[in-house]
Amino acid sequence: MLRFAIQRVLLMIPTFLGAALLTFTLIHLIPGDPIQMMLGEKVIDPARHAALLHQIGLDRPLYVQFFDYIWHVLQGDLGKSIVTKNPVLDDFFTLFPATLELAFCAMVFALVLAIPAGVLAAEKRGSVYDHALMGAALTGYSMPIFWWGLLLILLFSILLGWTPVSGRIDLDYYFDEGTGFMLYDSLVSDQEGAFVSAVSHLILPSIVLGTVPLAVIARMTRSAMLEVLGEDYVRTARAKGLSHFRVVGIHALRNALIPVVTVIGLQVGTLMAGAILTENIFSWPGVGSWLVNSIYQRDYPSVQGGVLLIASFVILVNLSVDLVYGLLNPRIRGRR
Amino acid sequence: MKRQILGAMAVSVMALCLSFAAEAKTTLVYCSEGSPEGFGPQLYDSGTTLDVVRPVFNRLVEIKFGTTDPMPSLAEKWDISDDGLTYTFHLRAGVKFQNTKAFKPSRAMNADDVVFSFNRMLDKSNPYHDVNGGTYAYFEGMGMPDTIKSVEKVDDMTVKVTLTHPEAPFISEVAMEWASILSKEYADHLEKAGKKEQIDQIPVGTGPFIFVDYQKDAVIRYKANPEYWRGKQKVTDLVFAITKDPAVRKAKLVAGECDIMPYPAAADIEALKADAKLKVEEQEGLNIAYLTMNATMKPFDDKVVRQAINMAINKDAIIKAEYLGGAVAAKNTLPPTIWGYNDKVEAYAYDPDKAKSMLEGAGVKDLAVDLWYQPVSRPYNLDGKKMGELMQADLAKVGIKANLVTYDWAEYLKRLHAGEAPMAQIGWTGDIGDPDNFLYLHGCGGTGKPPGQNNEKWCNNDYDALLKEAKETADVQKRTELYAKAEQLIHDEAAVVPIVHSVVYMAMSKNVENYVMDPLGFHNFEGVGKK
Repeated sequence: MLRFAIQRVLLMIPTFLGAALLTFTLIHLIPGDPIQMMLGEKVIDPARHAALLHQIGLDRPLYVQFFDYIWHVLQGDLGKSIVTKNPVLDDFFTLFPATLELAFCAMVFALVLAIPAGVLAAEKRGSVYDHALMGAALTGYSMPIFWWGLLLILLFSILLGWTPVSGRIDLDYYFDEGTGFMLYDSLVSDQEGAFVSAVSHLILPSIVLGTVPLAVIARMTRSAMLEVLGEDYVRTARAKGLSHFRVVGIHALRNALIPVVTVIGLQVGTLMAGAILTENIFSWPGVGSWLVNSIYQRDYPSVQGGVLLIASFVILVNLSVDLVYGLLNPRIRGRR
Repeated sequence: MKRQILGAMAVSVMALCLSFAAEAKTTLVYCSEGSPEGFGPQLYDSGTTLDVVRPVFNRLVEIKFGTTDPMPSLAEKWDISDDGLTYTFHLRAGVKFQNTKAFKPSRAMNADDVVFSFNRMLDKSNPYHDVNGGTYAYFEGMGMPDTIKSVEKVDDMTVKVTLTHPEAPFISEVAMEWASILSKEYADHLEKAGKKEQIDQIPVGTGPFIFVDYQKDAVIRYKANPEYWRGKQKVTDLVFAITKDPAVRKAKLVAGECDIMPYPAAADIEALKADAKLKVEEQEGLNIAYLTMNATMKPFDDKVVRQAINMAINKDAIIKAEYLGGAVAAKNTLPPTIWGYNDKVEAYAYDPDKAKSMLEGAGVKDLAVDLWYQPVSRPYNLDGKKMGELMQADLAKVGIKANLVTYDWAEYLKRLHAGEAPMAQIGWTGDIGDPDNFLYLHGCGGTGKPPGQNNEKWCNNDYDALLKEAKETADVQKRTELYAKAEQLIHDEAAVVPIVHSVVYMAMSKNVENYVMDPLGFHNFEGVGKK
C-alpha cells in the first residue's frame, strides 16, 4: 500500500509540471497583452508601452519567463496580479473558500439524490421508474448551466419568492473577521438569522452546479448496481433469506460503490469547471469568476497561478480517491 | 405619583423613538456590474473601478451633476495666466479628511495634500511613485506626464500648476478621477507603519462616503461621512453588490435585493419600464460608434467614395435591429450632449441610389472589401456582428461586396491602430466633457502621419490647425466656433461614417430619490436618498 501511495505521489510531479506548461503556453497564445487590454480603444506611445511591459517583465523571451515562473513557484511564490497588484496566493485563497463551500454542497446534493436514484433504477430495470430517472439524468447532463441557472432564478426567486436571487448572504449580515466559509461564519456569529440566510443563498447554486455530477453519478451507480446484482454472492445472500434491504443496501451497494467513488473523484474537476459559470450567474465570489476576469484582462500571473492551484487541488482529490480506492478494493493494492 | 410615572414613561418612549430615529439605517444598494481592480483612484482607468473610488474622494474641480460643466470643488476658484501655462488653484478651507478605523486625521486638507497627490504620479523620486506598480493608466493615457511641468505649493491654501504647453481642456481634465486628492498625512502615517501599499487598498479621502470593507468580488460597503463638507448624506450606508450578469442584476432589482442597477440588457428595457415598482432613467451616452474607411487605401482615398458610403448605410435600421431603439443616429463625430456640437451640419441622407451612381461616377465597380466588425460588446456598439451584417446588406445594395472579418479584441485593436483595416467598426466613450477628447481622434497633429488612434488614417492639415488653435484658446466661445468649423470639415471630407450615439439606461426602484444620470457615464451617489 505504501509503494502504491508513493507511486501515486510521484506521478503528481509530471502532472503538475504539465499543467504549468500548458497554462503558460495557452495564456501566452492569446493575442494581446495586459497593457493593451487595460487601454482598450486608447493608444499610448509605443515606447511607453514597451517600457510598461518591461516594468512587469513581459518583454523577456517566453522560455526565460517560464523558467523564472517555475523557479518562483517552487519557492511558493506565484507572483503578483498585474491588475490588483496583490499576491496571487492572497487573491486565490480569499476566494477559494467560497468555491469550495459551493462545490461541497453541490456534491452533497448530487450524492444524496444520485445514489438512491441509481439504485432504484437498477432494481427496477426496464420499468417506468428506470426510464424516468435515467431520462431525467440525461436531461440534467445535457442542461446548459447558464440557462438552467436563470430558469431556476426566474421560478424560485422571482415567481415564487422562495430563494434569494444571488450572493452568499443577505447584505444586512456582515462579519468583520471570518474564515470565508459562510456557513461556518454565520453559524458561529451571534447575528440572528444569518445561518438561515447563508443556507438559503446556497440552495440554487448547489442545485445548478450539482446537476451534471448528479446525472453522471446516478447513471454510474445504476450500471455498477446492475453488474453487482447479477453476481453469485447476491443470489446466495437472497437464498440465505436476508432481507431485501440488506441484500441491496449492504451487500450489493457496497461493492457497486467502488467504481462510483472513482467517478466522484473525477467529478471534482467537472465541479471546478462548472463553478466558473455557476459563480457568474449567482454572483458567487469564488475563484471561477475571478479566473474568467483574469483571462479577459490578460492577467498572466493570476491565470497561471489560479489554474495551477485548481489543478493541484483536482490532482490531490484524485490522489486521495485513488488511495481510498486502494483501501476499498484489496485486489488493486494487491496487484501493485 | 401616578402622573410622575406616566410622565417618566412618556419621556422614556420619546427618548427611545428619538434614539431609533437617530440610528435609523437607510442602505442604498447598487448592483454594480463588476469588481474593482483596486481602490486607488490614480492607478486605474476602468469605469467600474472609478465608480467605486468616486464616493470616497473629491478633486480640485468636479463636474456639475448631470452636466459636462466643471465646477469648483476642493479648489474654490482658480486663475489662469495669460499665456495659458500657469494655473493657480485657491483651496477650500476647513475640508476634513475622513475619520476611519485605520486613520484619524489631525488637520484639514491643504496644499501639501494636493502637491503630494499630483507628484506621486509626476515625480519618479516621490516615495509613493512606485508603490503598487507605479503605472498611472489614466494620467498617462491623457498625456499628462508631457503636459504638466510642475505642481508647487505657494502657501498652505494655494497651489500652482505649470504646464509645458497651453491646454484649454486642462480644467476638465483635473476633474477626472486620477486627479483625486489623497491625504499626505495618511501617506506619511502608512510610510511610518511600513504599509505604503495600503494607500490604494484602504482609501481615505474627503468624499461623501467612507470606505468600510470590501469582500472580494462580492460586496463593497461604505458609510456616510458625517463631516462631509458638502453636507449630510440622505442614506447612512451605501453598498455595491457586485452582480456581473445583466439578467441577474435585473432579477435582483425586481426581487427588491437592490435599489439601482446599471446597464440593463436592451431586450429588458420594456419589461423594466412596465414594472410598477421600478423606473428607468435614460440619457444619450457621451459616446459614438463609427465606421472607418482607410484613407490610405484605394478607393477610400477618394472623398466622393467616402461620401457615397456615408449615404449607403441605413442607420435607422441599425438602431432598430441592434439597439432596439436605444440609440440616436449620429451625423457628427461629437455626441450632441457635449458643448461645441455643431447642429448645423447636415447629415448625409440615406440614399442608396445616389450612393451607387456616385460610386460609378468615381469609377468604383465590383469592389470587394473586408469589413471588420467588433468582436466584443461595447457601450456604443452592443453587437458588432449584427451591425456588420446590416452594413454588409447596405453595401451590397450599392454594389460593394463586403466580407465580414474579425479578430480577438486585442488583436483587432492592434491591427486597426496599425492601419491594416480597409473598413472597420470602432467607437469612443468620452473621458471628459471637452470636444477635444473626441475630435483629436481624427487628427494627425499637423505631421501628415496618422497616429494609432486615428483609425481611418485620414490626415488634413486644416483640421489639425483648427484643433491646435482650439486647444490653445481659453475662450469657450472662440473654441466652440473653431470646433464647429472642424466638425463641418470632417463631415464634408466624410472621413468616417458616424453611426450612432447609444442611449445609456439606469433602472431603479421608485423609492430612489435624487439620482441624476451622468453624461460622462459615471454613477454618482452623493445626495441620493430612499423614500
